[in-house]
Amino acid sequence: MCTVCGCGTSPIGGYKHEAGREGLDHDHHHHHGHDHHTHDHRHNDGAADHHHAKEGSVHRSHGIAGVHVPGMSQERIIQVEKEILSKNDAYAAENRRYFAGQGIFALNFVSSPGSGKTSLLVRTIRELKDRMTINVIEGDQQTSNDAARIRESGARAIQINTGKGCHLDAHMVGHAVEDLAPEPGSALFIENVGNLVCPAAFDLGEAYKVVVLSVTEGEDKPLKYPDMFSAADLMILNKADLLPHLDFNIELCITNALCVNPRLHSLIVSARTGEGMEAFYGWLEASAARSKVV
Amino acid sequence: MHEMSLMESVIEIVCETARLNGARQVKSIRLDVGVLSHVDPDALLFCYEAVRHGTLAGQANLEINRIAGEGWCLDCGKTVALQKRFGPCSGCGRHRVQMTAGDELKIRDMEVI
Repeated sequence: MCTVCGCGTSPIGGYKHEAGREGLDHDHHHHHGHDHHTHDHRHNDGAADHHHAKEGSVHRSHGIAGVHVPGMSQERIIQVEKEILSKNDAYAAENRRYFAGQGIFALNFVSSPGSGKTSLLVRTIRELKDRMTINVIEGDQQTSNDAARIRESGARAIQINTGKGCHLDAHMVGHAVEDLAPEPGSALFIENVGNLVCPAAFDLGEAYKVVVLSVTEGEDKPLKYPDMFSAADLMILNKADLLPHLDFNIELCITNALCVNPRLHSLIVSARTGEGMEAFYGWLEASAARSKVV
Repeated sequence: MHEMSLMESVIEIVCETARLNGARQVKSIRLDVGVLSHVDPDALLFCYEAVRHGTLAGQANLEINRIAGEGWCLDCGKTVALQKRFGPCSGCGRHRVQMTAGDELKIRDMEVI
């Protein structure tokens, strides 16, 4: 419903829909009805001068920062002072409140494509089956292959296909959580779209961001993609079983990561052989327990 | 290309604010984008062209205000210019600098009719 005059049935508060495109159509549609319907209101408030609105006012104003004399022009400057990500952050806060209320421990797994996120999750789910309940939200541009792999391991999983989108946002995750309905007290693993850039900016309401970097990728990745590593709480160096065959310098990689994020914790694992995984489980259970205390 | 989502978000917030203020049209939008933030202003402008059509901001001019990077150097005890997000202090060359400006990503104001 329009918040100015009450016209229309489209919810303005509905924000962006998953497909993105839908959001545009929605806006477009609404404006038509809205503008026709409220035309008179605006005449009545005396602020609008339609004869000058189109061309005349362009010359009168010296741009947005120019001098504005009240009563002389129908144009107004509105101070917005809002973070561009405020919409996403509001959804993220909502998710976080929900997780806290249900005692759900949510992790956001980010990495480049092919670092072994899904393999890491599959092994974790298999080996922790008797210790904790885990549900998974899988984000990919296309296919539900990953959700299928997760389900084979025994956990419930829901797939979000972002289509053209390069990241998950808090709104998508909120809807996926509604559909998935994770058990109170369980852990929720959100596997983000494989991308070391965009997901860094979008808070999903998770307790921690976990960045997975495989040792085949090069130790300078934290310096090349600093936003992701500075946003993360834990870095997992995966595919450690390949280290004997590579020139990868673990110390240098961790030094680089600490350079952009001095708070970052690091673990070295192999999701294939299981090496180092117990340390990850220890981190997981300790963090989950701590999140319930706070 | 998360700039597309960001611009969709800008248009949403701007149109909502315009409606709440009883505006017929948005003439211009001014953003503050820090040089150390994770977005590319050219990509923002490109995406803006794609998302503004058919909205109250369809004709609006987009101005991107770049905010220079600044940080507080713990060793020098003063504010120094910061060229890179995790770059060294321009005075002492050490890395103990906390970013204080240049990470902005917000809608400052807008001009409406």
